[in-house]
Amino acid sequence: MNTDIARTSRSPYVLTMRVDFHTVFPLRHVRVHEVYGAGSMGFAAMAAAGACLWIRESWLSDTLTPQGLLPVFDPALLLLARPKDQTDALAVAEEALKDGALPFVILEITRPLNLREGRRLQLAAKTGGTTGLCIITEGMGSNAAETRWHAAPIFDRQSSDSTLMRWEIKKNKSGTIGAWNVRWDQKTRRVHVVSPVGERPGSARASPD
Amino acid sequence: MWFPRLASDRVLRARPLIDPVGGPFALTLKSNNTERIYCLNETAEGLGLTRSMSFADARAFCPDLISQPARPDLDARFLATLRRWATRYCPWVGFEGDDGLVLDVTGSTHLWGGEAEMLSDMQSRAMRAGLTLRLGCAATRGAAWAFAHYGTGEEALTDLPVAALRLDEAMVTALQRLGLRSIGDLTEAPRAPLARRFGPDLLLRLDQAMGHIPEPVTPESEPPSFATRMSLPEPIGLTEDVMGLTVRLLAPLCDKLNRHEMGARRLTLTLRRVDQGSQQVELRLAAPMRDPHRILPLFERGVGEVDAGFGIDLIRLEATQIEPLPVQQIGSVQTSPDQLNDLITRIGTRIGLENIQRFLPADSHIPERSFAIAPAAFSQPDSAWSCPRPRPLRLFPPEPIAGHGAEPPARFRWRRMSLTTGHAIGPERIAPEWWLPDETWRSGVRDYWRIETREGRRLWLYHMPQNPGWFVQGEFA
Repeated sequence: MNTDIARTSRSPYVLTMRVDFHTVFPLRHVRVHEVYGAGSMGFAAMAAAGACLWIRESWLSDTLTPQGLLPVFDPALLLLARPKDQTDALAVAEEALKDGALPFVILEITRPLNLREGRRLQLAAKTGGTTGLCIITEGMGSNAAETRWHAAPIFDRQSSDSTLMRWEIKKNKSGTIGAWNVRWDQKTRRVHVVSPVGERPGSARASPD
Repeated sequence: MWFPRLASDRVLRARPLIDPVGGPFALTLKSNNTERIYCLNETAEGLGLTRSMSFADARAFCPDLISQPARPDLDARFLATLRRWATRYCPWVGFEGDDGLVLDVTGSTHLWGGEAEMLSDMQSRAMRAGLTLRLGCAATRGAAWAFAHYGTGEEALTDLPVAALRLDEAMVTALQRLGLRSIGDLTEAPRAPLARRFGPDLLLRLDQAMGHIPEPVTPESEPPSFATRMSLPEPIGLTEDVMGLTVRLLAPLCDKLNRHEMGARRLTLTLRRVDQGSQQVELRLAAPMRDPHRILPLFERGVGEVDAGFGIDLIRLEATQIEPLPVQQIGSVQTSPDQLNDLITRIGTRIGLENIQRFLPADSHIPERSFAIAPAAFSQPDSAWSCPRPRPLRLFPPEPIAGHGAEPPARFRWRRMSLTTGHAIGPERIAPEWWLPDETWRSGVRDYWRIETREGRRLWLYHMPQNPGWFVQGEFA
């Protein structure tokens, strides 16, 4: 389903080239990506799914819990860095990306990144051969990001206790964009695409009803 | 060399204000559930107090007794310092019990002008240091011990009491009952009956004192010092020069660490400037290490911050904290722990080593306490997680929402969003742990519900039946 003409042809206004999920989701290595939205922490955990460094500023009052990570990966593989402000957080992220001892670095951003900072992170990831992911709030991202995702949980009317999410790729430097309904398969420990979301004009937001 | 009041002298040296007053002073040690006197100063001994009498009795005898708890570990360290000091007289210095030193001065007395001069030098130096010192000098180790502990003046060894032979108390009492009061009596008595009655120990001690059986002095080996230094003919100021010198200091230091199978955990680089000011660069490592090429890049950040002033003319590198690091087989595929430790160290120099953490399992049902956060440098990863029910990925301090009754509200507002309950799974009752004081759980049991809202958010709500109210505490992935 590289180019889903049939689906896009329903909309006479937007002609979207649909991109295959498997070409974008295990996030492209040696790059730094961005994610925002209510489901961004879950997205980050599922994108890392292994040894990683999670950088959170120390003043943030909510905590990440290992029990919540347990369905995704073993929390013993995670290292948590608690810098005091974003300057330190960026320095730690750059150091860790450049070093390459941990293949994945997750950084929570609390103020907008400028192009220089974003570019430095990209270069550090390139040096160390690692992958980075910034958790941003909407509009804080930098232009240097390889891809930008919006992740939001959606309501599953069929079954309770589900992990249904809508992941939409909002920006892609080397490809087109797309949106998918996915859920986390705990047995195989991988992301399972439930259905691609149809693109309709004016459906930029997830509309569960 | 016998220091009869080593422990109290040590404490009184550190507190010189007490001594001029000359009041009675005692150190107490808790043994068998009783505070007993461990060591006394001279004034207290003069008042009739003795060692190992109970502290309550001592205070009844002497109400103005000043006391302090004893620290035998510090005493032992102090004695080790004294041992090192005593090597100024001769190279062969060993410990004798826990309050004495034994020196083999054969061949070194002439350096001090004879035995008497050496002894008086020892005595005067100890007096200046505020230590009570009793010396015994004899041809054998046993005799020297006897003179130090029991000698009073010019008497011969044979005149000393039998207790001077390092015997236990029961044997001394038994000998005195037989009328053998001095060493002289013992040497004249027939040996065979003595050996039959008291065992070989008595004759061994006697022969050692008389010099029939040799008793060597075992000198303590000097503990290795992990430090290197270099003084420069001309001051330097460039960062590259300092780093270059650090390489040259690191190589011998790491060689030495390697020989002793030790690894440095904390390194201090002291840079002394021409104007006598000195600056220190401290490096705390996440794991013990002794690879020069791995340690060197970690110093770069610290050295870059040093203000060289008019130049640096002395540089000293010391491993201030060391840990055993056995030699390991190399060439295995797993080299990642080392690399990870380097990364932790490097980040730790910026944000502090304790701010790099990992999760450890903890045994509790309370969500906030079901895991522990420990510094990664001082803990080992542990994967023994058990989690029978799904738990949220994110926990926050409880945020109240409007809601009535024990059933979760059908609609509620949270963080300025109106949410509609789609699925509600629960309740799961969690009771507070009454054995631990926790303010937030003081209000009673909680019934937790997993709420899937029609808007998408999956929240963790709880209701308190004993103290009605609804709160949001977490969000699922």
